[in-house]
Amino acid sequence: MANSIKIKTSVNGDVCNVKSLIKHVMETGQRKDAKTGKVIPAKFIQELVCTHNGKAVLNANWGTAVSANPYLSFEFRGAKAGDKLVLSWTDNTGESDSAEHTV
Amino acid sequence: MKRRVFLKGTLASSAVAVAVGAGLLNPRQVLAAWPKSAFEAKSMQEALNGAFGSELTEPTDAIQIKAPDIAENGAVVPVTVSTNLSNPESISILADGNPTPLAANFMLAANTAGSVSTRIKMGKTSNVVAVIKSGGKLYSARKEVKVTIGGCGG
Repeated sequence: MANSIKIKTSVNGDVCNVKSLIKHVMETGQRKDAKTGKVIPAKFIQELVCTHNGKAVLNANWGTAVSANPYLSFEFRGAKAGDKLVLSWTDNTGESDSAEHTV
Repeated sequence: MKRRVFLKGTLASSAVAVAVGAGLLNPRQVLAAWPKSAFEAKSMQEALNGAFGSELTEPTDAIQIKAPDIAENGAVVPVTVSTNLSNPESISILADGNPTPLAANFMLAANTAGSVSTRIKMGKTSNVVAVIKSGGKLYSARKEVKVTIGGCGG
């Protein structure tokens, strides 16, 4: 699952606004397959971490109620152009991905 | 394996024991263990107890929830939670009509602003509740969102 993460940032003063989109099915484990009638197993992002120059700015725990292809936006202080942001996620099946972004 | 961990999760009463149980489930996770009991809780009270060890929150006007009054598609409900409380430590988003109310829990660093936006699923018309931890206390605000097509179960 390479390149499942898209990140956009804008810096205003020293406040950095981070917007990201992650490609992920976020399956709840409650839906049934219309054809087979079998329950589709849950597959959703559990943990998400965003670090700024190696320091965590946001840790998130997600449940099944986050929409498919999750969108996330937040702001933090103390960023300047050229800083490095890393966003990574891990889902309940142990799959994970991370992306790097330069502010 | 799964069943064993599930039993452990439900039997464990203290947050520490739950953390150990969740840690056993996925030893690769070096981060704070995912609070399984909170996310699998079927009611608001259980979810809050699982996440914070307390279900008592103080309603406040200092939390703003931006969400549509009517969501046409419950699978994608944009929610923005922002606050002017000082030093927010975490922001949690819950939908009290969902089978498992807790949707997301964001832990903020000291330099992170008290505002997050995301999109959640809502099974039916219910309240979106934001719970913010600040200075060791829990604050909450709610907003009703009418859902015309549910986003769970499908």
